Amino acid sequence: MAHAAEAHAAEAHAHAAPTAFIWRYVFSKDHKVIAVQYYVTAMIMALVAGILAMLIRIQIAWPEKDFGWLGAIFPMGYSGGVMNPEFYAMLFTMHGTIMVFFVMSTAPVSGFGNLLIPLQVGARDMAFPMLNGLSYWTFLPACVVIMASFFVGAGAAAGGWTSYPPLSALKGAIPGSDMGQTLWIVGMVLFIASFTMGGLNFVTTIVNMRAPGLSMMRLPLTMWAMLLVAILGLLAFPALTAACLMLVFDREFGTSFFLPTGIVLNNTPLLRPDGTFVHQGGSPLLWQHLFWFLGHPEVYILMLPALGITSDIIATFCRKALFGYKAMVGAMLAISGLSFVVWGHHMFVSGMSPYLGMAFAIGTILIAVPSGVKVFNWLATLWQSRIIYTTPMLWAMGVVSLFISGGLSGVWLGQSAVDIQLHDTFFVVAHFHLIMAGAALFGVFGGTAYWFPKMFGRLMNEPLGKLHFWLTFFTYYGTFFPMHYVGITGQMRRLYDPYQYDWLKPLQGINEFITVSAIILGAAQLLFFVNFFWSAFAGKRATENPWNSNGLEWTTPSAPPHGNWPGEIPTVYRWPYEYGTPNAPKDHVMQHEPPLPGEHRD
Amino acid sequence: MRGMQGLLFAVATVLLVVVSTYYFFKEWLPPLVSDREEIDSAIAITLLVTGLVFIVTNLMLAYFGWRFQDHAGARSGYTHDNPRLEWTWTLITAGIMFMFLFGALGLWAKVKSPPPADAMLIEVTGQQFAWNVRYPGPDGVLGKTNHAIASQDNPIGLVADDPGSKDDVLLLNSLYLPQDKPVRVQIRSMDVIHSFFLPNFRVKQDAMPGMTIEIWFTPKQAGAYDLGCAEHCGLGHYRMRGKVHVVAAAEFDSKLAEAATQ
Repeated sequence: MAHAAEAHAAEAHAHAAPTAFIWRYVFSKDHKVIAVQYYVTAMIMALVAGILAMLIRIQIAWPEKDFGWLGAIFPMGYSGGVMNPEFYAMLFTMHGTIMVFFVMSTAPVSGFGNLLIPLQVGARDMAFPMLNGLSYWTFLPACVVIMASFFVGAGAAAGGWTSYPPLSALKGAIPGSDMGQTLWIVGMVLFIASFTMGGLNFVTTIVNMRAPGLSMMRLPLTMWAMLLVAILGLLAFPALTAACLMLVFDREFGTSFFLPTGIVLNNTPLLRPDGTFVHQGGSPLLWQHLFWFLGHPEVYILMLPALGITSDIIATFCRKALFGYKAMVGAMLAISGLSFVVWGHHMFVSGMSPYLGMAFAIGTILIAVPSGVKVFNWLATLWQSRIIYTTPMLWAMGVVSLFISGGLSGVWLGQSAVDIQLHDTFFVVAHFHLIMAGAALFGVFGGTAYWFPKMFGRLMNEPLGKLHFWLTFFTYYGTFFPMHYVGITGQMRRLYDPYQYDWLKPLQGINEFITVSAIILGAAQLLFFVNFFWSAFAGKRATENPWNSNGLEWTTPSAPPHGNWPGEIPTVYRWPYEYGTPNAPKDHVMQHEPPLPGEHRD
Repeated sequence: MRGMQGLLFAVATVLLVVVSTYYFFKEWLPPLVSDREEIDSAIAITLLVTGLVFIVTNLMLAYFGWRFQDHAGARSGYTHDNPRLEWTWTLITAGIMFMFLFGALGLWAKVKSPPPADAMLIEVTGQQFAWNVRYPGPDGVLGKTNHAIASQDNPIGLVADDPGSKDDVLLLNSLYLPQDKPVRVQIRSMDVIHSFFLPNFRVKQDAMPGMTIEIWFTPKQAGAYDLGCAEHCGLGHYRMRGKVHVVAAAEFDSKLAEAATQ
């Protein structure tokens, strides 16, 4: 291993910190500044997407009620006090798009990835700092473009976050399929470009720039997660870029990648002057394959960082060695590998060959095995530990809880015949909000409280953090667990007014309960905003290692200076989960402490 | 207040287990009126197994979270792995999943099997935002369609001078099915993707433009049920609904004729 040489190469890259405000805090190349830029941008996007979610829930609970005051706030979306159906379609489309890509792929991956990779692997910065800055400054325009789509002509994209053609390909199919959809495509392509730059940086830094002694099997699980996430992104996102370009051609230049022969829109066949169809021979299924080839690895891009963060937090606050490290790495590798062969479970009822449905059911159900291994390992870590309930630990317990609750419903949906009844119902909404959105979100909150010292040199407020956790924990379950029940009854997603259907009318009460819970959940997040910004400027000053943790990030001042370590980069002697070691002087042994007498652990 | 947080977490988790389990005992599935009872059985078995795992793992989480809170002077146990234990739970999980897989693939093969030879043919064509239902009539042949001639009065582009189309029966947002006779439904779309959803029949199939997708099932109970669209198809998605009428096989022809004249 040429660690020493690489570390030297990394030092040679390091430059003095720029002093001008604009180069230091705006167009910065420092990974910690870029991390905060990503994180705060994602928070703002989350605020927007969260408000959209509140409006969606209000509409589902009381579709016919007159909300004059909402009409006054959103004049483009309401006629009088009643929401327009096209506005509703824009709400769920943009809620999904913003949350999946601009919040939950951004805060955990680009936010924590940038903050932690150099700090946890012992590097002065990311491998390509310039590319890193460029990545953020490509991401920000993507956000601006996506947000701008609310203010153009007929409004934002409204074809669902999956943008299935023909709805997204034919400009007359739905308002929002015109300029709004174009901006959606441009925003997504910019986002993917930004994510690709970030991914290249992640892989290069983790593979090449580890501190002396830091072998792959000594990496914190958060680093394994970041490495796998970057690889997943680099392999999966190009499929969506390609699909987006093909969609542009179908929309603007009359090609037919996704459009079959014989489209009749609004009782008018789409014909050329010579009587033949404008579009001939394409297949909407092709888009679905391309979209979900990205889309499924994408859900693990959201989730893996949270799983890594949770392991780091649990070991720290259990004061106990993480159980089954090798199995945890193996499980993450297995989940990542399987994530590429399960995309078709989103398409069981799409009309693709039933044989394909079989193949995709196999991979899908097998994902339960590595997922189960992760839960058992966390439980085994808790066993005979001595848990210290800090705010990060509460969030980590929440992740385990949500991972169990949301994971088990995957066993339902993976059985293709069962999925016939549940597909496109609220059961699916419950499933992915608990596991993909919820576990990832809780992981982000936990990671924020845990690594806040490395962002701002201060600690977040603990009582406020705990209050935020408890309100969120109860209302998150209150919002998303009952969706299983209405989903089993068959309430479909994306219905502007579910009670048009006789058999769904009895569900209005439970939908009202969900909405009230969702509104409290949304309001509770304001506590986090207050805590975040207040603590960033006025929180208690943090010491170098406030949690008595083990990783390399805790060997440098909070917040770390430019170049991360004032002196030499520490040498690593062990894994990061050495807690509760018998006969050790303290109850934990940090990664950089020289070997103890008789220490056998790798 | 050391000790509070762990207790609160345990209580909250037990509350989650009790409340969610209680509500799962309620009947949420709409009454089954087709021959797809095996889907309901699969749901029941899955609920039982995943429910048990949910209860056991959550109770462990609650107990550990409460029991192993920090006590002054305590020291945690020291283990970092246990290959035998780990292989045991991995293989048990894998075994349970293979059993699910075995059942799931068999059921899928059955649902997707070719229809019986005597199954009645029906065509359902989705368009924004209606379901066009067509029966072949006495000749048993669906007349040709040509999308290029579709119009307000002829939404599916039926070719009027085709001999097969003369006796075709057309209905809008209304589907008549004979009781206890298998039906095969050919699902199509004129414009965007729709999804043909019969919640009481455990039937859902996307209507994919450019494709004709055939499914089959047997209605078992007379009555009127909901037909819905399960795939976002535009502004009127929420009102793209219809009614399914299952009638005694002997009365089917007269009921259908009656419905067609309305």
